[in-house]
Amino acid sequence: MTEHDDAHAPTELLPGARDESGPGDDAEDSPREGVPVAELRGVHKSYRLDDVEVPVIRGVDMLIRPGNFTVLLGPSGSGKTTLLNMLGCIDRPDAGEVWVHGTDVGALDDDALSDFRGKHIGFIFQNFNLLPVLSAYENIEYPLVLSGASPKTRADRVPKLLDAVGLTDKAKHRPGQLSGGQRQRVAIARALVMKPKLVIADEPTANLDSKTGEAILALMRHMQRRHRISFVFSSHDPAVFRSADDAIFLKDGAIVSRRRQGVEVQGA
Amino acid sequence: MLMLALRNLMRNRRRSLATLAALAIGAASILMFGGYSTNIRYSMETAYVRTGGHLQIQHRDFNLYGSGDPTAYGIRDAERIVDAIRRDEVLGPKLVVATPTLQFGGIAGNYGAGVSKTVVGFGLQASENARMREWNHYDIPLVSPPFALLNSRPDSAIVGVGVARVLQLCATLKIANCPQPEKDVPAAGGAAMPDDILALTQREQNAPRGKGGSRAAAVAAPPPSPRRIELLASSTRGTPNVAALEVVEAEGQGFKELDEVFVAVHLAQAQRLVFGRAPPKATAIMLQLQRPDQMAGAAERLRAKLPEWSGQQPLAVLDLEELNPFFLQTIQLFNTIFGFIFVLIGSLVLFSVSNTMNTAVVERTVEIGTLRAMGLRKHGIRQLFMIEGFLLGAAGAVGGALVALLASALINSLGLEWLPPGSAEALPLVLRIWGENGMIVGTTLGLIVVATVSAWWPAHRAAKLNVVDALRHA
Repeated sequence: MTEHDDAHAPTELLPGARDESGPGDDAEDSPREGVPVAELRGVHKSYRLDDVEVPVIRGVDMLIRPGNFTVLLGPSGSGKTTLLNMLGCIDRPDAGEVWVHGTDVGALDDDALSDFRGKHIGFIFQNFNLLPVLSAYENIEYPLVLSGASPKTRADRVPKLLDAVGLTDKAKHRPGQLSGGQRQRVAIARALVMKPKLVIADEPTANLDSKTGEAILALMRHMQRRHRISFVFSSHDPAVFRSADDAIFLKDGAIVSRRRQGVEVQGA
Repeated sequence: MLMLALRNLMRNRRRSLATLAALAIGAASILMFGGYSTNIRYSMETAYVRTGGHLQIQHRDFNLYGSGDPTAYGIRDAERIVDAIRRDEVLGPKLVVATPTLQFGGIAGNYGAGVSKTVVGFGLQASENARMREWNHYDIPLVSPPFALLNSRPDSAIVGVGVARVLQLCATLKIANCPQPEKDVPAAGGAAMPDDILALTQREQNAPRGKGGSRAAAVAAPPPSPRRIELLASSTRGTPNVAALEVVEAEGQGFKELDEVFVAVHLAQAQRLVFGRAPPKATAIMLQLQRPDQMAGAAERLRAKLPEWSGQQPLAVLDLEELNPFFLQTIQLFNTIFGFIFVLIGSLVLFSVSNTMNTAVVERTVEIGTLRAMGLRKHGIRQLFMIEGFLLGAAGAVGGALVALLASALINSLGLEWLPPGSAEALPLVLRIWGENGMIVGTTLGLIVVATVSAWWPAHRAAKLNVVDALRHA
């Protein structure tokens, strides 16, 4: 098994894949145009390093458009990961508001926030972050187990996603038996199993070779279009930038420019 | 959650097995000591029940003052009370033996050897006491020797080994490990009994029986015998009485203090000696029951009915523990040691499991962050690690119980022996674990609880982790 195997996977292992321009499985849940799937309003965030307060995010306003591939770009320390964490509801700003899927997440307590994340947000990590004691099938299934989904729902949904990422024959393999690209495909399937409206991906191709990274990117793009999901990335990868619908450039915790389908725009 | 917890334990098998082994050894140690102390308790209880029964009816003040003048605190019409007990619809079915006994003070002498000894005499019904010695509710693998007074002459006696030694009867009774005195003494059966003592002896043996007394045929002057002793006791009239007795056996009494004063004779002989022509009494009525758990109910029934059966005599009912404070103290001592060992081993289990779980939390920090990001609540994280602690405890404790059962079966098959305090004979060393379900379940559950609780702090720490910091953990 090699990383290069993954280069073939997305297209060849997608039986019954629909025309990308048509509706996907979740057509009835298609996001309404113009209504942002996530929004940051005047958020500020600082971290304390010993006795020093270090501002990381300085008054950022941002909209994440529905059904879009959005990438956050910028040098190290520009605040990309911090913004992703806030969009993903795993961190709270010191000031400002975070709205996701029409909900002011700042008003939710910790348990409610956990439930919200489980239901509405998918995560794809740089290091895949699969549970090593679970098989590929079980890793994908686990968010459904946490949500209390019925065995029927799980049995219905998980095989389809495994098939969509081209890993039906690896269903019983544990992460230790999979290549990096295969693990990331499992992670993608896991992120999508709850049918979220927003998927957060922090440098998902950073630990993959270029060819595998491109294949993963293509898979995510395909899945994003098929299921009408908003993907928000952070990346240094030029290929990601080229694939993005929206690109937001950050520097020193602030947005310096935005591009929408290659065209610079003003405002959020 | 259970499946995830189990698989996480299997992830680092060496560490999990080491923790399991510590738990299992701890559980086995507790149970094996528990089995040892249970065996001691059962053995001592059997010994006491065989000789003194489960309950005794005594004069209310006998237990406190009776040692000074036993016969002053006697029970009238003891046989009638015994009959009533046997016929009672509640007590009768529970009963193995109900028998009167008479305790008295006296002096035993071996005039042939020119020695005498202060003794405590016990008048016993031979057949009933022989039956009492067969009681074996706990299946102690021990066969008691036949009761020597059974089917013996009315003037027979059993003495303690210490009494036999002082009265220089070791050679005639063929007692092993019984040192001879160094001074020059006449051979046994040498000098003749003084005439006044002989007269007293003959007068007692030929005296007509008083009301309620046992009848025995008048006997001729006792033939000279190397086993012959004289037992002098103060009668209730204040005059001395002497009985010539034939020692049929020396029986070790366990405690040196008792062994050096013990003389047992037939109840009728004792009553003649103490009461003469007066109506005889008993100093206690011993009751032996089928099972120990019947004791409380039987005692309650006795207390309710005794005033009616005894004609309003001031009587008290004492149970096994009240009659044998040493037994109770021994049980309490072993229970304290057992508790101490449990706490000690519990502490080891606590630190062992806690250390294992703390290490797991550190190793799985990123995983914790991932689970939280996926929507698992803090409580779920806490639950996950506590389930792992519970599984470790359950596997270790159950494994330890199995080890203890196997080890006890092996040890019990070796035929080892030990001499318990208060016993004159060695008993088989047995670890009583099989069948002690209360102890097995209690120990197993106790250790499972300890293991689960010891996982709480690491679980709590894991739940409190900041999600971002956890995901960033290297």
